Amino acid sequence: MGNVTIKLNGKEYEVPEGITILEAAKAAHIEIPTLCYLKEVNEIGACRMCVVEVKGAKTLVASCVYPVSDGMEIQTNSRRVINSRRKTLQLLLSNHRKDCLACVRSGSCELMRLCRELQVEESGRYDGEQTPSEIDGSAIHMVRDNSKCILCRRCVAVCEKIQGIGVIGANNRGFATSIGSPFGKGLAETSCVSCGQCIAVCPTGALTEKDSTGAVFEALEDPEKYVVVQTAPAVRAALGEEFGYAPGTPVEGKMVSALRALGFDKVFDTDFGADLTILEEANELLERVRNNGVLPMITSCSPGWVKYCEYYYPDMLGNLSSCKSPQQMLGAVIKTYFARKKGIDPANIVSVSVMPCTAKKFEITRDGESGSGYPDVDISITTRELARMIRRSGILFGELEDGAFDHPLGESTGAGVIFGATGGVMEAALRTAAEQLEGKKLEKLEFCQVRGMEGTKEAEYTLGGRKVKVAVVSGLGNARRILDKVRDGEADYQFIEIMGCPGGCINGGGQPQWPPREKEERHVLERRAQALYGLDEEKPIRKSHENPSIQRLYKEYLGHPGSHTAHRILHTTYGPREIHRIGDGQEA
Amino acid sequence: MSNKSMGLEERKEVPFQGTEQQREELLGFIHGHAGQKGCLMPVMQKAQEIYGYLPQEVQKLIADEMGIPMEKIYGVATFYSQFHLAPKGKYQVSVCLGTACYVKGAGNIYNKFSELLGIGEGECTSDGMFSLDACRCVGACGLAPVAMVNGDVYGRLTVDDVRGILDKYMKDGED
Repeated sequence: MGNVTIKLNGKEYEVPEGITILEAAKAAHIEIPTLCYLKEVNEIGACRMCVVEVKGAKTLVASCVYPVSDGMEIQTNSRRVINSRRKTLQLLLSNHRKDCLACVRSGSCELMRLCRELQVEESGRYDGEQTPSEIDGSAIHMVRDNSKCILCRRCVAVCEKIQGIGVIGANNRGFATSIGSPFGKGLAETSCVSCGQCIAVCPTGALTEKDSTGAVFEALEDPEKYVVVQTAPAVRAALGEEFGYAPGTPVEGKMVSALRALGFDKVFDTDFGADLTILEEANELLERVRNNGVLPMITSCSPGWVKYCEYYYPDMLGNLSSCKSPQQMLGAVIKTYFARKKGIDPANIVSVSVMPCTAKKFEITRDGESGSGYPDVDISITTRELARMIRRSGILFGELEDGAFDHPLGESTGAGVIFGATGGVMEAALRTAAEQLEGKKLEKLEFCQVRGMEGTKEAEYTLGGRKVKVAVVSGLGNARRILDKVRDGEADYQFIEIMGCPGGCINGGGQPQWPPREKEERHVLERRAQALYGLDEEKPIRKSHENPSIQRLYKEYLGHPGSHTAHRILHTTYGPREIHRIGDGQEA
Repeated sequence: MSNKSMGLEERKEVPFQGTEQQREELLGFIHGHAGQKGCLMPVMQKAQEIYGYLPQEVQKLIADEMGIPMEKIYGVATFYSQFHLAPKGKYQVSVCLGTACYVKGAGNIYNKFSELLGIGEGECTSDGMFSLDACRCVGACGLAPVAMVNGDVYGRLTVDDVRGILDKYMKDGED
């Protein structure tokens, strides 16, 4: 297709034929506001925020779905356009519970931002009936409050098209339309996998994680409790965004200091758990290869993915690594090895985790996740919740000195820190597996083929004379495609890394939120990943098996990877779940 | 669940009573249309033709068999008024809310039926005896307000008449 000439706000531009007015305007550096638009995922022209005036057209047109044509004359900010957008916002506000002062999205709400940008006044002008709505707090990880929903359907589109799940949708019609699950079931009764990608794209406070900050503060205030915290790799790559830092600014040191200022007795690093995971997982893979076990082996660090497998691929649960996730491994080590070393009763330890993830809130409640006899992790909060705790406590994040993690469970390698990006677990495992199979030091540690934000990556390596074919997948829709290939015998991978969220943990459902278009334009995900790979390069030790604290842990407590003790506290089991449940069955 | 009932006792859903024969018929239809684009509506229409309505059990069957989320089916079922989530009762009460009946107080009549039966629009009592619908003009404006139970027409109703009408059919049910 060739180019066409259009006139945008009186100025001529040559643009490719077939693109939308919204895209053409972006190229001309003209901003058109959107609400329902999610590039290639939700292009439905429903919210009417992006309307523009096209000469000769009877009505205003939705620029997100209207293609340009030769000679088209467009006004993106005429009085008629602005008035229409304002009216749209006023109508949205007329059916919106406006408790903005108390809303968790105050400050990051896209609806509020547009109202300010378009100088919407008289919000009460169209006040009338409100759609009756109930709060769904049934799920362990999130809350839906439809009184703040603007029916943009971004959550619905992400759940169905990106994650391939589709447990939420628009029900009823007209004024009664609401987002929900079939037969008014709470989310907990559906096959929701807790990934939180719906929260990540929600423009308002309709979808939020279940806040556990109160429970953490309570534990910190209890003098009887020994409160330990661990932070996932991806948190340090994104937490800064909550405090005005550019995307991709690593804030590990300040984060550690903030946690110490909050009063945690020990600040440990989930990266240690990641290193431990690599040793157990590499050992499991080698055992499977040697003993003709089930292959390909698939990683089990991402609880959203694990739950998805239990729902949608129960016949492939044998492919899942039996390794617990790094969060749970570290939690188990804290309440066993560390507690014993320190002479602390594990009953008095409150183990807190800070995660980029909402599914981690679910993971800590799974069966078989209490290696010490007590839950491996007691409370899991998201990156956003940690930012809330820091703000509430009057800690000036930007002014903090860099702190360092506590030893021994804060010691980690470059392999552990890259766990937060898609491909990171695979690369970390390859570093260890390659050295063990080759029996010599690796010259080049980077496995670049498995890096990058693509949803599906493949690579083939020769390790110790043996060809190893691997795949790296992020986003559950992509997982489905690769699993179908494996199931049908069309793929012969030995090892697959699957992360539930597109891009991996750096894009988890608990990370700082961005309006989706801005997130893409500012390359937020790529920058967060770069932050992790940068930290990896800076680390003196970059291979999990060389972590001296891990080596000591095996020597003093676990024995060797795959030992009886390791199996007891670091491994877990899975079970099938039913997708469409009838009746009011409560989720396990 | 939309439960607009104002009944004295809480009523449970009508138990699903699908037969194996109905199941086979629906499965046959679904398999005959497998892979066809846009076949969800015809499948749902067929299911309703077979079962008379689209309860959870039937929607689950369609979802599992077609490999699509149940929410997709439920969203369509609640969007189009042609689909019913509840079965029709042995006695189908329909109250005319057309203009003439409405100005003569049909709204109160409807509410009384709803209150006594403990069900709302489109719902069915758990014993399968009564279902309630609001309808538009039945062509008997001279008798407004009008309600119908199956074929029987009741005109010039007052709120106080409602219990008597229901009692008559409840007695029938006991025979």
